[in-house]
Amino acid sequence: MPKMDYIDAIRLAMKEEMERDEDVFVLGEDVGYKGGVFTTTKGLIDQFGEERVMDTPLAESAIVGAAIGAAMYGMKPIAEMQYSDFMFPATNQIISEAAKIRYRSNNDWNCPLVVRAPMGGGIFGGLYHSQSPESVFFGTPGLKIVAPYTAYDAKGLLKAAVRDPDPVLYFENKKCYKLVNGDVPEGDYIVPIGKSNVLREGDDITVISYSLPLHFIMEAAAELEEEGIHAHVLDLRTLQPLDKDGVLEAARRTGKVLIVHEDNKFGGIGGEVAAIIAEEMLYELDAPVMRLCGPDVPAMPINPPGEKFFMLNKDKVKEAMKRLAVF
Amino acid sequence: MKKVTEIVMPQLAESLVSATIDRWLKQPGDVIDMYEPICEILTDKVNAELPSTIQGTMIKILVGAGETVPVGTPVCLIEFEEEGVEDASHAPSAGGAAGAAFAAASPGAGSGERAAVRMQGAAGQTQGDGDDSMRHRFSPAVQQLAVQHNVNLSYVNGTGLGGRITRKDVLAYVESSRSAKPASSGAASPSATGMPAMNSKEPVRSTGLHLSESPRIPKVEIEGQQLPGRSEYFIDVTPVRNAIARNMRQSVTEIPHAWMMMEVDVTNLVTLRNKLKEDFMKREGVNLTYLAFWVKAVVNAIKDFPIMNSVWAVDKIIVKRDIHIGLAVGTEDAVKVPVIKNADQKNIAGLAREIEDLARKTREGKLTLADMDGGTFTVNNTGSFGSILSYPIINYPQAAIVTFESIVKRPVVINDMIAVRSMANICLSLDHRILDGVICGRFLQRVKENLEGFTLETKLY
Repeated sequence: MPKMDYIDAIRLAMKEEMERDEDVFVLGEDVGYKGGVFTTTKGLIDQFGEERVMDTPLAESAIVGAAIGAAMYGMKPIAEMQYSDFMFPATNQIISEAAKIRYRSNNDWNCPLVVRAPMGGGIFGGLYHSQSPESVFFGTPGLKIVAPYTAYDAKGLLKAAVRDPDPVLYFENKKCYKLVNGDVPEGDYIVPIGKSNVLREGDDITVISYSLPLHFIMEAAAELEEEGIHAHVLDLRTLQPLDKDGVLEAARRTGKVLIVHEDNKFGGIGGEVAAIIAEEMLYELDAPVMRLCGPDVPAMPINPPGEKFFMLNKDKVKEAMKRLAVF
Repeated sequence: MKKVTEIVMPQLAESLVSATIDRWLKQPGDVIDMYEPICEILTDKVNAELPSTIQGTMIKILVGAGETVPVGTPVCLIEFEEEGVEDASHAPSAGGAAGAAFAAASPGAGSGERAAVRMQGAAGQTQGDGDDSMRHRFSPAVQQLAVQHNVNLSYVNGTGLGGRITRKDVLAYVESSRSAKPASSGAASPSATGMPAMNSKEPVRSTGLHLSESPRIPKVEIEGQQLPGRSEYFIDVTPVRNAIARNMRQSVTEIPHAWMMMEVDVTNLVTLRNKLKEDFMKREGVNLTYLAFWVKAVVNAIKDFPIMNSVWAVDKIIVKRDIHIGLAVGTEDAVKVPVIKNADQKNIAGLAREIEDLARKTREGKLTLADMDGGTFTVNNTGSFGSILSYPIINYPQAAIVTFESIVKRPVVINDMIAVRSMANICLSLDHRILDGVICGRFLQRVKENLEGFTLETKLY
């Protein structure tokens, strides 16, 4: 099985989907001749031409708005936000239009739209290139939100998103682009939206997370294994709709749950996950549910010590996991 | 085989979190019998003697007189002779430095239970980090597993933070007792052996929401100690004082008090009592006090107005069927409220006897918690210290409190003639959430009628 980088898996998914279905097209800032600022769409314009790989003006509301129109007409647009930080001008289109089309038309219309947006920090990007915007969209029924961590999931989830009949926000982690490398089978496969994935089994503590922090968690778990602490690690993969059963099953495994995300703690995904656990399985809890998240400050600082303070890393995660294990 | 166990500060009441050792009755070296008092303890509710949970020899006092420690803290070490001989291989060898190693297991107990007992070195240090603060906090998962597998958690070793029993500890215990069962089948269960060594910690309860309610007893300076250049001195707030303060504050802040007073002509009652009291003393050896009549009059009135015997519960009013009358009994430095249980089932003679009994116990400081528990209505004989009018604070969470004031001879107009009559006031404070003026007026009127209805024909028995 070939190994590939996370970013290459994303590019491969778009290429294969565009080959498979000619309704699929890509639009965004610099996605064409430049091949994207991160080279995610590199080479696509040579293969598919500028009508299916469209450079757009610097106007996210227009990118998503045009994509919604195309999607309602029957196309399968993949709209790229250069950074997820820039997606907020398109929030109205995403939340008030895309999310509600099926509902307000009583099922007459639907919107098979994919919005790809690179999220997360740790790349010395500062305030406007490091945000984790998932909590802004998380509470909107009608949207699906995925956030892959492995290269395998990056490809499989993007393919699933393209084929999904409803709007899907695809949050790829820009720090994972070259950091995460893994097996990606040749040929067509999808990773189902709405299903979490157990990355590692253990019976001392359960760690639930998504996206980049899983990288630190897996490293920490390997080290803790040597100290006799066996961590059970669950990758949510899909944030909306959350895989309730998967969460509960993983939490039941140990009764001690740590939820980790880079987005700040207050109002984050972790609160919802913790609430599900509290509602469904109070009597199986062996410890208070713990959360390890980014600090509640407005954004990732640009100065290196500030960024280091904000970002999660293996040591922070390991310390939290240990604290829960000894409880 | 000599073993050492610890005696811990027991949980004497639900809301108790700590207690103070007043003085030690036994010293290291003393031989102690089962249930023999080893020290006196002060709590904010009651003073009590702490009985030994085991027969043996005291070897060390861990908490000195005057020290306040949380419930569950070991207060002393007792050495005892263990019946039957265990194989020594199970005794920990680490304690050797202290002179001996002690396995605190009971005879015949399975190895799983033996391993679960926390062992005690001669030097008084618990094994491990010695922090037991979480030993009795059980997570939902632990409680559920314990019920599922029928595990007594006091036998399970806690490996979590502060000695907490984790979910895995219970699972490991279940696993080990399952594998140990065939070996120890036929052996008596630990509770059946009659050896309280392992059970010395068992009666301690420290779970429950109420635990955090009692504030720490403030440490003030020594009683009467004069500070130079200051015109004031401090008095140590005793646990009892602290409890009175807390209860009074809770009552006046939570309960909207209202008050009323009525005048009673007790001339006939005075005559009745004067006629009977000598005889009664001779026959019963007990003083026939007015209080017995007061209580009888109140109890009978409560039977007619049961709402007086109730508690406010926000979305409902809980009316108590049993009438347990609390008697406020004052001492030099405190007031206590011992309770006459089922007062409605007692005649005047029985009430007199019980009042005497409780008053004596109060004065001697020998009230037990059971004596003070469960009151549903409170009566205060304020006349005993000369008051003719008082505004009592309700004994939380009851609905009302009644006081009886001094009996005084006063000129009273009866049928347009002036007569000299023995008169007394009765005062009532009421919880205005539950009760209003009309019902309380009727209630007091009924008390008044009952009191004025005592005549020379009234039977004491």
